[in-house]
Amino acid sequence: MNFVTTIGLEVHVELKTNSKIFSPSPVEFGDDPNANTNVIDWGYPGVLPTTNKGVVESGIMAALALHATVTPDEHFDRKNYFYPDNPKAYQITQAETPIGHDGWIEVEVDGQTKKIGIEEMHIEEDAGKNSHFGNYSLVDLNRQGTPLIEIVSKPDIASPDEAYAYLEALRQRIQFTGISDVKMEEGSMRVDVNISIRPLGSDTYGTKVELKNLNSFNYVRKGLAYEEKRQQQVLMSGGRIQQETRRYDEATGTTILMRVKEGADDYRYFPEPDLPALHIGDDWIQELAATMPEMPGKRRDRYVKDMGLTDYDAMVLTQTKEMSDFFDETVAQGADAKMASNYLQGDVNAFLNDNHVDLQQTDLTPAHLAGMIRLISDGTISTKMAKKVFKAITKGEDPKEYAEKNDLVQISDPAVLQPIIDDILANNAQSIEDFKNGKDRAVGFLVGQIMKQTHGKADPKVVNQLLMASLKQQ
Amino acid sequence: MTYLNQDLADLHQALSDKKMSATELTQDTLANIKKMDSEVDAFLTLNEEAALAQAKQLDDQGIDKDNPLAGIPVAIKDNIMTNGLRTTAASRMLENFTPIYSATVVNKLANLDAITIGKTNMDEFAMGGSTETSAFKTTKNAWDHTKVPGGSSGGSAAAVASGEVLAALGSDTGGSIRQPAAFNGVVGMKPTYGRVSRWGLIAFGSSLDQIGVLTRGVKDNATYLSAISGHDIHDMTSSTNDVPNFAAGLDESASVKGMKIGLPKEFLGDGVAEDVKQAILNAAETYRQLGATVEEVSLPHNEFGVAAYYIISSSEASSNLQRFDGIRYGFRADDVKTLDDVYVKTRTQGFGDEVKRRIMLGTFSLSAGFYDAYFKKAAQVRTLMIQDFKAILKDYDMILGPVAPTTAYDLGSEVSDPMTMYMNDILTVPVNLVGLPGMSVPAGFSQGLPVGMQLIGRPFDEGTLYKAAYTFEQNTDFHLKTPKVGGQN
Amino acid sequence: MANQIDRDQVQHVASLAKLEVNDAQLDYFTDQLDQTIGLFETLSAVDTTNVPATSSVTDQLNTMREDVADNWGEQAALLKNAPETQDDYIKVPAIIDESEAN
Ligand SMILES: [Mg+2]
Ligand SMILES: [Zn+2]
Repeated sequence: MNFVTTIGLEVHVELKTNSKIFSPSPVEFGDDPNANTNVIDWGYPGVLPTTNKGVVESGIMAALALHATVTPDEHFDRKNYFYPDNPKAYQITQAETPIGHDGWIEVEVDGQTKKIGIEEMHIEEDAGKNSHFGNYSLVDLNRQGTPLIEIVSKPDIASPDEAYAYLEALRQRIQFTGISDVKMEEGSMRVDVNISIRPLGSDTYGTKVELKNLNSFNYVRKGLAYEEKRQQQVLMSGGRIQQETRRYDEATGTTILMRVKEGADDYRYFPEPDLPALHIGDDWIQELAATMPEMPGKRRDRYVKDMGLTDYDAMVLTQTKEMSDFFDETVAQGADAKMASNYLQGDVNAFLNDNHVDLQQTDLTPAHLAGMIRLISDGTISTKMAKKVFKAITKGEDPKEYAEKNDLVQISDPAVLQPIIDDILANNAQSIEDFKNGKDRAVGFLVGQIMKQTHGKADPKVVNQLLMASLKQQ
Repeated sequence: MTYLNQDLADLHQALSDKKMSATELTQDTLANIKKMDSEVDAFLTLNEEAALAQAKQLDDQGIDKDNPLAGIPVAIKDNIMTNGLRTTAASRMLENFTPIYSATVVNKLANLDAITIGKTNMDEFAMGGSTETSAFKTTKNAWDHTKVPGGSSGGSAAAVASGEVLAALGSDTGGSIRQPAAFNGVVGMKPTYGRVSRWGLIAFGSSLDQIGVLTRGVKDNATYLSAISGHDIHDMTSSTNDVPNFAAGLDESASVKGMKIGLPKEFLGDGVAEDVKQAILNAAETYRQLGATVEEVSLPHNEFGVAAYYIISSSEASSNLQRFDGIRYGFRADDVKTLDDVYVKTRTQGFGDEVKRRIMLGTFSLSAGFYDAYFKKAAQVRTLMIQDFKAILKDYDMILGPVAPTTAYDLGSEVSDPMTMYMNDILTVPVNLVGLPGMSVPAGFSQGLPVGMQLIGRPFDEGTLYKAAYTFEQNTDFHLKTPKVGGQN
Repeated sequence: MANQIDRDQVQHVASLAKLEVNDAQLDYFTDQLDQTIGLFETLSAVDTTNVPATSSVTDQLNTMREDVADNWGEQAALLKNAPETQDDYIKVPAIIDESEAN
């Protein structure tokens, strides 16, 4: 029997704002428990929420980045449930009028591109954090009220690989808007998935199973792959899929039953009466659209078509907005595109990995990298000398000044080099003899002598030309 | 010190001229409350120490001649947050709760050097119309201690009517200022939704709640409303409209000449007692004689107001009151072993029956399968009611009617009969659903009990209501009568 | 009285609201809620075809706060008011079901 797989993804993205979505408390992690909370975050009697304009604007930008339609007339809703990390016992969210709907993103799987639909995205508040200790739990409300965007996919995703590609593309596009760090390992991106299968030809969806504890894109792919197979086996052995929530186990790569769902939860949604409605007019959308950074797809096209980079280079450079911006700026400062691309993927990347830092945390600037690349291109320094210069520019030094101060500038003036060559030839008659007898090794030896004499600063290209000419005259 | 024959202007004069110190006034007020409250039981908590300290400080610095509220004690309903002063909403749930912040209205009054004298009794979480659902005490009607004071701001109304204070803040979700004001023969204003910040008001029905003022005189009421009104950054539903000095035009020049007043026939229907109807018809006649036009109008959806109101207010309340869970503040049941115990035992022991009824009604109205038939339907009927009022107020400056179908009823007579209790709100709840300003003004007596008339105005046009109420007050003598307090029983 | 709500439904609603209703109270509440919901039913007589719902009567639209952080420094006072705390955390009996998501 053949099956069709349908996967749904709900992605929560934490926004990088200064203050919480409905309270002015700072959005800050790693502080003492409850240090960044106030009476609003605790759901005190008599408190009221206030809408953070920055969050609404982030929501609009997310909608634009995901080709979604911004809902012009919006309000917030309450989702009611009791839980210790949910102080009001309701979450303020958008149920009826999500900030964006009917979007899509393009993904590439096995060389094929596919559009995946986005049902809707809405802005809402995060809950606090519970930690568990035997017979008691502790609640920290610092995270309570942190702004989130929840992005819900359409049932277009048909395989674990597509789910992976979708997440990768989604992460990238959101990252490029600058509204979130979208890092799963830091919790600023969280993924809930559901998966159902049905026999090929059937037009009704199978029973959905939800998966939890998927802490990386890879685990999402592995968990879905396992679950897809498990469900197929259940159906082929005549079994029935039940509506349940399963936990992905990282150690074994399997999914384990957490709980069986009995009917739908009853969250008793209704419009939040404490917050005025929002009207998002075209003017506002246009204003934000104008500030939107160029998305990764457009950048890749530009790198390949206008700059002559390979598809692979373009893909690597657009992994993060920081890298891509850095590249664009380096080229704008006069660096050769291919060389800039190579340096960013090579030395720069190695440097970042070795030091476990992000690009924006270093003292390296596009101006300095471009300056170094220009020095290489015009022959001022050798690629070998460039190793030293690179080290210096990671510490914020100016490449040209550094090269000059440290005597790294190449000697390419024939007037300087010719006397040295003449002198070496005069002292190495045997080598001239060897050259005449066709022993190429002699040339290498002579070049080595010249480089030694110039402490490695002679421009090898010029040395070669001058030496060959001199040898031929002997 | 009894406030029965006082007004703000006289007291302010006495304080400014140093004929009386703020300390003396505060001491006398506290002494009188202690004496009177053995009868009316209007207060839950007195702010004795802090009030006296504040009065002394004011005396040291001198009373500002341009600040009419300075040094004058005011009572606050106990669902309004007072930093450091116990605030219970008359519920076991908050019996020992001390707020760590103050409501915007409390801060505004404090900034004007008004002295918070204490917290008044109310129906638990403002749910009720007789103050009998309070978990702590039964407040009595100032005019007859065997009658209810009305509710939910019954403590505030009884405190003002019996002369314990000159003014008290109340809150009105479905008539909770106007109806106790009517039952106690005082002036009660429920302002336009958004006129006064709700920051620090323990939410009942968030789309309906407004804080307002109860006083003996119209002008005093106007002065206090100007003091507490205005946009607040903590309450985004509060209006950015300008706040007029409502008391400014309340003098000999005030008149209702040329004013058009609508008298909805639905407000004088079958359920309304004859004596109440008569008082309202008399008031209409008074207005005609003063130069206004009074004409019959119609509010076709009025009969649905009570149902729509109880669905919406209970739904919002069911959600608003979920935060009382025994985890972060307030009451937590003793015998809890599991997390569910904390929730269920705390809430079961902490809430009284009326609150539980409303929570269950609201939970039901919002629950899966019933939302469209109840919550959504009520919200649609609300739209129709808004249209009804809008249509009338396009042609009329205000609407006149009774506040309640009857005068104050016997203590204990209705509290266990929710249906009768709910139907009594038929004349006040539409105003909250529509968000208009509504006012209760003394308009007569029946068998020794006050009758209140209700004036309903255009959005943010409290000024017209005050003008009409003031003119009526100056041309009638209902407000001059005082209850027989002291030794009633 | 028409049966608008039965004992089982009242029980269900109570449990959604985290309230315990014993057997005797169940009859009492069922009867009262049934009457009130009977009153709610009168709304079905109103034609609300194409009538929008009103959920707020504020005159405000697009009222928002600028994204500026302000810590009110209330941590200590908040923790002091909590029934049970430990090391600046709020303490509760063990949370067993960790499946709630937003
Ligand atoms: Mg969700
Ligand atoms: Zn969510």
